[in-house]
Amino acid sequence: MAAAAEEAAGTGGGSPSSARRRLRIISGHLRGAPRAPERETLSPSPCKAQGGSAGPASGSIPKKRQELLKWNGWGYNDSKFIFNKKGQAEFTGKRYRLGGMILPTFKEWIEKTFGASLEHKTTSRASLNVNDVPPSTVNEEFLQDLRATKISYSQDAEDRVFRAHGHCLHEIFVLREGMFKRIPDIVVWPVCHEDVVKIVELACKHNLCIIPFGGGTSVSSALECPEEEKRTIVSLDTSQMNRILWIDEKNLTACVEAGIVGQDLEKQLAESGFCTGHEPDSMEFSSLGGWVATRASGMKKNIYGNIEDLVIHIKMVTPRGIVEKNCQVPRMSTGPDIHHFIMGSEGTLGVVTEVTIKIRPVPEYQKYGSVVFPNFERGVACLREVAKQRCAPASIRLVDNAQFQFGHALKPQVASIFTSFLDGLKKFYITKFKGFDPKVLCVATLLFEGDREKVLQHEKQVYDIATKFGGLAAGEDNGQRGYMLTFVIAYLRDLGLDYYVIGESFETSVPWDRVLDLCRNVKERIVRECKEKGVQFAPLSTCRVTQTYDAGACVYFYFAFNYRGISDPIHVYEQIERAAREEILANGGSLSHHHGVGKLRKRWMKESISDVGLGMLRSVKEYVDPNNIFGNKNLL
Amino acid sequence: KELTSKKRDEFEDILEERRLSSDLRYAMKCYTPVIYKGLSPCKPNAIKSAVLQSEQVQYVIKQLAKEMGESPDVIQEEATEILDEMGHSMQLGAVRFFAFTLSKIFKRLFQRVCVNEEGMQRLQHAIQEHPVVLLPSHRSYVDFLMLSYLLYTYDLALPVIAAGIFLGMKIVGELLRRAGAFFMRRSFGGNRLYWAVFAEYVKTMLRSGYAPIEFFLEGTRSRTAKTLTPKFGLLSIVMEPFFKREVFDTYLVPISISYERILEESLYAYELLGVPKPKESTSGLLKARRILSDNFGTIHIYVGQPVSLRTLASGRINRCPYNLVPRHLPQKPSEDIQEFVSDVAYKMELLQIENMVLSPWVIVAAVLLQNLPAMDFELLIEKTLWLKGLTQTFGGFIEWPDNLCAKKAVMSGLTVHSNIARLVDGHVVLNDKGVQDGAVGEIVFKRALAILMCATYRNQLLNVFVRPSLVAVALQMTRSFRKEEVYSCFSFLRDVFSNEFIFFPGISLKDFEEGCFLLTKCDAIQTSQQEIYPTDKGSVTVSFLSAMFRPFVEGYQLIFRYLSKETKEAFTEKQFIPGVRNFVFQLLEKGNTQCYEALSSDMQKNALAALVQLGAVKKKK
Repeated sequence: MAAAAEEAAGTGGGSPSSARRRLRIISGHLRGAPRAPERETLSPSPCKAQGGSAGPASGSIPKKRQELLKWNGWGYNDSKFIFNKKGQAEFTGKRYRLGGMILPTFKEWIEKTFGASLEHKTTSRASLNVNDVPPSTVNEEFLQDLRATKISYSQDAEDRVFRAHGHCLHEIFVLREGMFKRIPDIVVWPVCHEDVVKIVELACKHNLCIIPFGGGTSVSSALECPEEEKRTIVSLDTSQMNRILWIDEKNLTACVEAGIVGQDLEKQLAESGFCTGHEPDSMEFSSLGGWVATRASGMKKNIYGNIEDLVIHIKMVTPRGIVEKNCQVPRMSTGPDIHHFIMGSEGTLGVVTEVTIKIRPVPEYQKYGSVVFPNFERGVACLREVAKQRCAPASIRLVDNAQFQFGHALKPQVASIFTSFLDGLKKFYITKFKGFDPKVLCVATLLFEGDREKVLQHEKQVYDIATKFGGLAAGEDNGQRGYMLTFVIAYLRDLGLDYYVIGESFETSVPWDRVLDLCRNVKERIVRECKEKGVQFAPLSTCRVTQTYDAGACVYFYFAFNYRGISDPIHVYEQIERAAREEILANGGSLSHHHGVGKLRKRWMKESISDVGLGMLRSVKEYVDPNNIFGNKNLL
Repeated sequence: KELTSKKRDEFEDILEERRLSSDLRYAMKCYTPVIYKGLSPCKPNAIKSAVLQSEQVQYVIKQLAKEMGESPDVIQEEATEILDEMGHSMQLGAVRFFAFTLSKIFKRLFQRVCVNEEGMQRLQHAIQEHPVVLLPSHRSYVDFLMLSYLLYTYDLALPVIAAGIFLGMKIVGELLRRAGAFFMRRSFGGNRLYWAVFAEYVKTMLRSGYAPIEFFLEGTRSRTAKTLTPKFGLLSIVMEPFFKREVFDTYLVPISISYERILEESLYAYELLGVPKPKESTSGLLKARRILSDNFGTIHIYVGQPVSLRTLASGRINRCPYNLVPRHLPQKPSEDIQEFVSDVAYKMELLQIENMVLSPWVIVAAVLLQNLPAMDFELLIEKTLWLKGLTQTFGGFIEWPDNLCAKKAVMSGLTVHSNIARLVDGHVVLNDKGVQDGAVGEIVFKRALAILMCATYRNQLLNVFVRPSLVAVALQMTRSFRKEEVYSCFSFLRDVFSNEFIFFPGISLKDFEEGCFLLTKCDAIQTSQQEIYPTDKGSVTVSFLSAMFRPFVEGYQLIFRYLSKETKEAFTEKQFIPGVRNFVFQLLEKGNTQCYEALSSDMQKNALAALVQLGAVKKKK
């Protein structure tokens, strides 16, 4: 369950979803004139589970994940960045509109930014070596009991390795070059709440360790098996619990099984004309249960809210029994909200099986936009003002100069001379006429959503504010490319790994008055630490303000460097990441805004929530799960 | 170029160039100092208005308005006035004027001004990287003139100087202001508005990386040439932007400026003896013109390695207090912050001491003071050579060219310091003219004057010698060889003299061990697990070392005697100083003591402060 933290990945999926729409508009603009939306036929997935007894719906992600997804990297097997025979960067596959496109300036950017060279390629193993995989040890009595429940399970090595990790850099690195010391011994696929109850009962009976698995997009080491765990580890894969149980149009709520992944949820709701609006960047793969377990945040939270604002009711199976509320109400005053023990529990207390979530009618109109600011300071000031006036669009993000250039490097080849002429003209206007320094300027990307009229009105309001801070409207195209960056970056890491470049993203939340100082200091710290640790080439150290709130903002960092000449790059990487986190905390930032703590950030928990706070959480764990059945060792 | 001790940089005489080429051209040279990489260029006036509008200052203004029932505008007005009074305005014209005039003056006054060039290069890098705070030692008004002059010479940004002087000097004050000095009232303890405006002014300049900030840790010129115990107020102001992470890091640069002969030496001696010093006024400075004809020898400036505040603070600061309160609210620093600031202050002063160049005369003075009233010239040379060796063993930074013979060194020292001592019939005597004739009181006063001036030079050795010497004193006092007893006596002495010499807070045992180590190194003592005893040939060293600090031991004893006998109940500091002075004076007149240094008001104040710290005397409000 602690599986689906928002990772730096994808909008867009196999079939129409709002993310897909986003992409369509992106690519539409990239290609020039917008096209009429082409609708693919989608397999109807009616809400067939009214009685709760039907079999699993077919989701976008198969049970055998490796058939569709990379075993050693991010996303779909057929989608990746490559350098073609001409040495040009290209994105393969047909899933994304970027597929098949040439990115002419990307090679130069990667060489200039990292000092990487196409001639220096790493060699990682081509496929999983089954002989390296730790053997599965499962007690025969348990297997007998399990068989009796008719719940599907597997002891296959590939299945087990696939569920032994999330998408932290070190995890991917291990997949490419080594092997995990400890992985699940068995994978089980419950198809409904009752199945989960049975599995948890069996685990208690046989004293096993359960690690819930949702979408597998964790970036906090939450899915890694504790090496010292002697008991049989059961990976409880929720992916087959993926039905919408009912939709309540009067109250605008839907009850959904927790294993559903974001793209399927939106797709199926869209059939009835609804959406949740919850779009973490990982929504193609991450699951509802995972969002709940990590306190996820979505790109459009300004309209729809974060997961804690969306959730109306949660059902969770724990070793003590089932925990849930007795009604589905917007708010109640009945002591501390038990939902808040569950949200962010990261799979340490039990398995979330069913969630009632708020839904909204699919918005009529969407529009991207962007604003160029002379510098980052002005941009932050503008975002602060927008937040102050509480007129933030569905999404508003401010990328720094390095990330702006990064986005620029991902611009596909333009088809017509006219477009490139226009681009040149725009550039001339901004840099020469308005005097913006291309090495300093930064860009805010915007996404408006709602009634057409209101969107246009809203847009004007935001652009008016931006003008006061020296901002210049820079078109929809730039805005879309900004959002595109978010989903491609996870694919990009796999490309980087091929050329000695390792990288990761991390995030924090911080009060408004400290945003600038935090951004500057953390970036500087990364650069310094790299230098001290012997990294030969200056790293990429860049950030964006990615969410705004009344009292502060969420800041997202990308950090990558060329590790040629370093014998233990992962260790060096981890030291630098740790230093960066120390810096964040010293600058008044939080331990995490939405990725969660997992095992990666546990060491700072005490400092973050005080001794007593930690004790409070511990005592809940001790009551709910005295035998540590949910023993993934996250958080505490 | 001269070679000095291997670990340290080489020196370069910056006046040499000045003597060869035109001062005017030098003053008009193209001056484009390197600047901080994150600098957003701004004018002094923009800084002033930024300070005035800052949340910090506005907060205090509102608070005061509320408390005093005044309109905020009135207080705002007051703040503006304060800002105008202290604010600087850097003007290139004034800088060039100073460059020209100071060239002329310095060439008249000094033989050489020697600087470690590598230090200047390090400083140049530091200025570009992070905000820089210059922390020079303070022995003379020349200090900050010289430092600005130096930075100009090396094409570095002129520092803004937080100095508490010159408010009475209209013309020179204004000139200095235009060259970048800004002023701080000597005392503004109770004035919250002043403190807020001042602190914000300093921090704004630091944050913007406008220019290096310079101030004196010692707070005031040391009248005795001994490093004064540090003041923490300004230091904690300049450290705050880092604590609050408004800057990534801050460099602290210790700078040691040593004078072969201090411009104000006789003024200081008078002042220490309680003769009121002339007020700092422009006319006073003009009168001082006659000193232009004197020879003040060589100045050595050693720019130390920039110390990263971030490195010093790593792992020491609990970040919580700074995260839980809005950064613009005035916040009393927590105890661990206060302790940290104090540690940094002492560390910086110890670095100043470590890099302080000692001239041969300093050694001569130390020998001479133990051999009054007259000393055989040859013996003086012999002893000077011996002490030179010992000083080097103890890590003292002596500027003594390899080819310079001892005789020449002593002679040259006597030439520069002819006002203090001279050679008469093969004997060196103190220059206390008129001692024979005149009343007893007159004689004592003249003698005290000469001895205090001479002591000013010996004092420069003391912080290098204090650890081994206090071990030596402790050995003689306890008359025991048991390490434990010697240590406990050492520790007591260290506490008593904690205002007199610079000890890093709290590491008494480490200081003791260092003292023992140095004494062992020069074969003066031998130590075992339990015992310490002087070696046969070491007794000379041990007694010399303890004699070096005898004036302090005896002086403090006299002061304690005065307190226990002469004072009743409560007394004010104002009564105390003249009281002790008279008491000691009478003893000297009667010949009951030879401890002239007990007349020094500096020693008297230090002793009193020590007693307060030890809880023997209580301070009433």
